[in-house]
Amino acid sequence: MKYYDKLIFELSNEGSIGYSLPKDDFSDISVDLDSSLLRNDTLDLPQVSELTVLRHYTNLSHKNFGVETGFYPLGSCTMKYNPKINEYVASFRGFRRIHPLSDESLVQGSLQIYYEMEQMLSELTGLDAFTFSPFAGAHGELVGLMIMKQYHLLRNDTKRTKVIVPTSAHGTNPASAAVCGFDIIEVPSLDNGRVDVKALKEVLSDEVAGMMLTNPNTLGLFENEIEEISKLIHDAGGLMYYDGANLNALLGYAKIGNMGFDIMHINLHKTFSTPHGGGGPGSGPVGVKAFLKDYLPAPIVDKVNDKYVFKTPSHSIGRISGFYGNFLVVVKAYTYLLSLGKENIKNVAYYSVLNANYIKESLKDEYELPIDDVCMHEFVFDGLKDKSTGVKTLDVAKRLLDYGYHAPTIYFPLLFEQSIMIEPTEVENKETIDDFIKVMKQIAKEAIEDPELVKGAPHHTPIRRIDEVKAAKKPVLKFKDIGKYD
Amino acid sequence: MSKVVEGLYYAKTHEWLKVEGDVALIGITDYAQDSLGDVVFVDLPSVGDSFDKEDSFGAVESVKAASDLMMPVGGEVIEVNEELNDAPELLNEDPYANFIIKIKVNDLDELNDLLDAKAYEELTK
Amino acid sequence: MHRYLPHSRKDIKEMLDTLQIDNIEELFNYVPDDARIKGEINLPNMLSECELIDHLSSIASKNKELKVFRGDGAYDHYAPVVIDTLISRQEFLTSYTPYQPEIAQGTLQYIFEYQSMICELTGMDITNASMYDGPTSAAEAMFVATSSLRRKKILVSNTVANRIKDVVYTYAKFRDIEVEEVSDDNGLTSIDDLKSKLNKDIAGILVQNPNKYGVIEEYSEVANLVHEVGGYLIDYVDPHTLSLVKTPASMGADIVVGDGQSLGIPLSFGGPYVGFMAVGQKLMRKLPGRIVGMSNDLEGKRAFVLTLQAREQHIRREKANSNICSNQSLMALYVTIYLSLLGKKGFKEVGTRSYKAAHYLLKKLEETNKFKLKYDLPFFNEFVVTTKVDVDLLNKELLNHNILGGSKISSNEWLLCANEKMTKKDIDDFVKIVGGL
Repeated sequence: MKYYDKLIFELSNEGSIGYSLPKDDFSDISVDLDSSLLRNDTLDLPQVSELTVLRHYTNLSHKNFGVETGFYPLGSCTMKYNPKINEYVASFRGFRRIHPLSDESLVQGSLQIYYEMEQMLSELTGLDAFTFSPFAGAHGELVGLMIMKQYHLLRNDTKRTKVIVPTSAHGTNPASAAVCGFDIIEVPSLDNGRVDVKALKEVLSDEVAGMMLTNPNTLGLFENEIEEISKLIHDAGGLMYYDGANLNALLGYAKIGNMGFDIMHINLHKTFSTPHGGGGPGSGPVGVKAFLKDYLPAPIVDKVNDKYVFKTPSHSIGRISGFYGNFLVVVKAYTYLLSLGKENIKNVAYYSVLNANYIKESLKDEYELPIDDVCMHEFVFDGLKDKSTGVKTLDVAKRLLDYGYHAPTIYFPLLFEQSIMIEPTEVENKETIDDFIKVMKQIAKEAIEDPELVKGAPHHTPIRRIDEVKAAKKPVLKFKDIGKYD
Repeated sequence: MSKVVEGLYYAKTHEWLKVEGDVALIGITDYAQDSLGDVVFVDLPSVGDSFDKEDSFGAVESVKAASDLMMPVGGEVIEVNEELNDAPELLNEDPYANFIIKIKVNDLDELNDLLDAKAYEELTK
Repeated sequence: MHRYLPHSRKDIKEMLDTLQIDNIEELFNYVPDDARIKGEINLPNMLSECELIDHLSSIASKNKELKVFRGDGAYDHYAPVVIDTLISRQEFLTSYTPYQPEIAQGTLQYIFEYQSMICELTGMDITNASMYDGPTSAAEAMFVATSSLRRKKILVSNTVANRIKDVVYTYAKFRDIEVEEVSDDNGLTSIDDLKSKLNKDIAGILVQNPNKYGVIEEYSEVANLVHEVGGYLIDYVDPHTLSLVKTPASMGADIVVGDGQSLGIPLSFGGPYVGFMAVGQKLMRKLPGRIVGMSNDLEGKRAFVLTLQAREQHIRREKANSNICSNQSLMALYVTIYLSLLGKKGFKEVGTRSYKAAHYLLKKLEETNKFKLKYDLPFFNEFVVTTKVDVDLLNKELLNHNILGGSKISSNEWLLCANEKMTKKDIDDFVKIVGGL
């Protein structure tokens, strides 16, 4: 197909339009804004017809890789299938065309979704109450930490200014804690990839507000000392925060609340199959144990005499989003949960873990497995086993693109120099996975026999490797910047 | 093996310090520039800013990393290397010939805590 | 078997053989017994596709779709059907953040176009690839101001809507930032009060345009005053109004934020929407979130890529100024396609039309002698009227005609909103209903 890289602005044709409006019958009214308030510059938006717009964005879409394009083993991102029925349902006028400030009696359907979703998530996680206000996982973390802080402050325990984060944590964890005004204490990992409990004991004090933990952790390994860790933190007066990024491994199998966690967030766009949208919108509901329920952000949904109502919790941290979060995303997740039902939910955990272990075992002769252990829904290689030809993780990732796969997550976690993090999810069948394994082995072979081929990859994508130094040094960030440095 | 220049003071955080009287030039070491990769931006302080020892006075950014610049000793900024605004790559090309800031040192005794070339070479081996 | 779970018995058997284990359970040996779910989980039974559609339709039918005369932060504007057609393409819908630019040029390029359009609308130099929503963008803007100036206090005009203010307060409280309000003076930010509160500890002031009364404020003087103490003007704007109203840049804004919802995004009971943040050149490296830049690939082809990443949480960890990792990419695409379809002419026409509809509505209401504009100041498509009739009663009667009336400010103050979809007849009908009370 012909290569396409036009910008919409470059298609502009004076006078073309792509919209229609009802006839203007307000001819007796004119815009009488004072000239001091009127816009006097030309607004350079493109002028294009409807079909031009359709062709332009359709052509752009062809340069993207989606879950329906092919296997997307992006570690930590849970790129599972985004069911079509979810999208269909979320497009109902009764959901889409509803003003958020309608009286409660007019939005009983929306409130019912929130209420029932809360009940289902509580059952699945063992936490007692949820808020759907957070827009994303990182936003959920921030809210969870605000709840943690509020809890300590309202007990007049003002010394608790520190949050413990393992070195293996997602970068978001320390960033969220810092944005919430906490100092960070990092605890190292042991050689087996788990939190160093001895080191953890040494940093405990009455200044610790709590600990943030992902379980399974970012190496895909289950923190088998989780009960001990929770107990230590609780004994020190802190709270346990669960980063739900890796919840898929335990969905329907274990309850997060039963491991001692007091607060958690869930990424509906990971575990509950809602689409990532090229970066968002997601949804990051936060769950808490009953003793923290009154700290949730406002508003929350309750049921009183068979009617759903909004409420503001008594010690609420406050409002953290304009309205009630990404409602349509919650509708999609709700639909997903009901399409699985209690009969199938546990198979999410089962098959995602089975798939991951199967890939790990099948590739560990070609790729360096730094911690040889049973993994959960994902695992991490430290680059190729044979590094003699200088082929790096980046090269392997780029070569995968040539073979029609999305690359795994690379260079995270930071514990290894050449991390490749693979998460297959439960939706991939054995045939897809076997093909992927074959290709990974083929790349390992190429790395030895024809390393330059791999180092120069990708060769068959719409574009090749990009000059990122130029992008950062001479930033061209909008259409009108083009030519700025010539 | 990265280059270390004799006669300079070094901080464990990979800044070098060249002292003349109570004035000092501060830059980053060859080891630092090599680990960062292509430097795309240097976040410079303003002349007149004062920092204590081990305060962050700016940052060096590459495409995929960022590193805070730490004061090896306390002092007041009396000059910044404006050339780095347009040509941050100078820090890659010759990190010892291109200083980042010039300071007036508060307390020359603080120099005693820094490393000499030999000790720094040992550190980065 | 389930349609989302393709493992056959045979597959499972073969995979277990490879792992040299007998059953999947063995892979979960590390999970403590107490944490496991025992017995049947208390969830609903699975629903087939037909049952799902019936069930969700019945829930949706408990919501009431109405003709909307309410704004107050969420606006019912015209959105061409083509947007949905394009948005639902799986290549846009299901892809991740564009970490592999070689196979994500579609996303990267539309974000670049989005950035270009937001800069065009606001008059600012640089914008990020979008944020969660308007109010959280305002809170993030406060962080940009306080951290880049190393000051711990900001001002918020009392003409900023509570919904925005509340979010800013929450974010500020937990980061030990002090927020002080500047009072309003007959519908406008009080210049006298502002002067009395400005000093060198102030990182900036958050204002809104049009403000919570729908009034268009001219902020040049506010900008000058806050610049005198070295602080920033943070302007929260409704981008729909920038079709006619002069840009925040030309009023001296340093940081411009707002919600892109009014650019054709459906009301959706409050989300997903899309926030934006735009700044001048000097704050480029202080922007939170993703930014897309243009470069080229090794063959010289034009190529787009995430850039200036050293600002972000995955590199800076606890030193990052914001913890934001994602953007509302798909909603930014919504805005991009909307602005493309409307274009230079249509965007202005839509703005003009919603302006006219609102002014016609006011005119008709005043003709009943029962309503009066509260502040005799310029407005766009939203305004406050005072009335002797109880606002609850007005809204209740409108509901009988399937109309969502304005927001209640108090029992006799009513915030109304009109838009380009309304015809003269729609408005005449509305006025007839409320005029008879």
